[in-house]
Amino acid sequence: MSARIPVPDRAPALERRDHPALRVAALVALLVLWELVTRTGRIPALFLPSPLGVIDAGVEMVRSGELVSHIATSLRRIVLGFGLGALGGVSVGLAVGFWSVAAAVGNPLIAATFPIPKIALLPLLILWLGIGEASKVAVITLGVFFPMAINTYTGVRTADPLLIRAAASFGAGRWSLIRKVLLPSALPMIFAGLKLGAGTALLLLVAAEMIAANAGIGFLILHAQNLMETTKLMVGIVLLSLLGVASHWLLVRLERAAIPWKAP
Amino acid sequence: MRVVAERVSKTYTARLGHPVEALRDVSLAVGAEEFVALLGPSGCGKSTLLSIVAGLLRPSAGHVFLEGELAPGQSATAMVFQEFALFPWRTVQTNVEFGLEELGVRARERAARARDYIALTGLGGFEARYPHQLSGGMRQRVGIARALAVDPAVLLMDEPFSALDAQTRQLMQEELLLIWERTRKTILYVTHNIQEAVYLADRVVVLSRRPGRVLAMVPVELGRPRAEALLGKPEFAEAVERIWALIKGEAQRALEEAR
Repeated sequence: MSARIPVPDRAPALERRDHPALRVAALVALLVLWELVTRTGRIPALFLPSPLGVIDAGVEMVRSGELVSHIATSLRRIVLGFGLGALGGVSVGLAVGFWSVAAAVGNPLIAATFPIPKIALLPLLILWLGIGEASKVAVITLGVFFPMAINTYTGVRTADPLLIRAAASFGAGRWSLIRKVLLPSALPMIFAGLKLGAGTALLLLVAAEMIAANAGIGFLILHAQNLMETTKLMVGIVLLSLLGVASHWLLVRLERAAIPWKAP
Repeated sequence: MRVVAERVSKTYTARLGHPVEALRDVSLAVGAEEFVALLGPSGCGKSTLLSIVAGLLRPSAGHVFLEGELAPGQSATAMVFQEFALFPWRTVQTNVEFGLEELGVRARERAARARDYIALTGLGGFEARYPHQLSGGMRQRVGIARALAVDPAVLLMDEPFSALDAQTRQLMQEELLLIWERTRKTILYVTHNIQEAVYLADRVVVLSRRPGRVLAMVPVELGRPRAEALLGKPEFAEAVERIWALIKGEAQRALEEAR
């Protein structure tokens, strides 16, 4: 009789498991560790306030109305700047992706201006638009515009030529092609750009508010540091983290609603 | 509606490399309500000819035109693609409506006409599905429904079933014949499969390998309506054999050249 040879088990190399409990535990562990470190008293509260202290300060600042006004100011700037930048970037990306003339004009201009760190333009923007809201919104708009334009362009250029042929075979003109084939083809890339742009927008918001502002989360952080109110400073940082998480969550939701044909 | 191609040649000029001559002096007429199969080895320019008839490519020389009356709300041609070419962001219903949108048909009539062809192609109940939720055979039904919905005077089919498995292909061929019996479209059907060409067509136009020229026009005298049983009949085998004899040499030479 011949021996029974077990089939070698190669499945482990292909497995990747989900650990939902561990995700929550990691976050909780970080907070607990942070709280314990501050409880030892080895580190002065001026350098590292305790998480519970930060929560207390946050609640107090909400009550006094201080936090709400900072958040509202920042949100207005970022929503406006992000919206304008996204709209402009998608429009330019579509145009440059579709029309060869727009590509000939747009590509070198984008290539030349894209590498400039947008925050370097803030002094110039303040000179042009004044120290008020316009310059802050403008710098965010610029920061979001470029990733959006480049991603949309890439999305349009990588649209399936077969689908373009199919649409053309049914008599689709240029507008139909753009609206019904190129734009939906580019949507996944557009959403990747939006997520990228959201991070850039947050960065530029804080930078602009630290350089020239008297309200907003960036201002709150810098101001708290000047007054040695580290707890308030931490409130600002936690707020930025929450804002980042919330905007990403919102974009993921929006993406699912806008791209229902992608397998869930 | 008749399709006439007069001395059509097509040479692709590449920016780099040599120009490629795809078609040379092809003349061909497809009669009204005739089902013509364009048969040839891969790379013989048969898809190029179809694209020219669809108006997607301009010939380098010669003309292609249609002869007949076009009713209002009717499209001259419509194409069914080998890789289906469905819009992944549209449902079955809105994919079928696509051509009607481009014809400027009003929304209500569009929906009704699309529903008719969805029913005709056996897609009833799948209106709200997206293409990725359908099997290959179902997807190509959508492709056929989308093409038929614009009531094309000439239906162009570019190896429509070659991406399907053999069993599905067989079923789809039979359904196509049933649909054709009902709609009596003029059909120009590109394939590299002799059995398929003989089973479906009234006439098989055999193209040579590149540059594509018309080698022969073979009428298929098998009578209609045709059904699966025909595939086992000696007259079917004879017709296939006759065409194979015509292109065997071509195919062999193509194989040797590829070596």
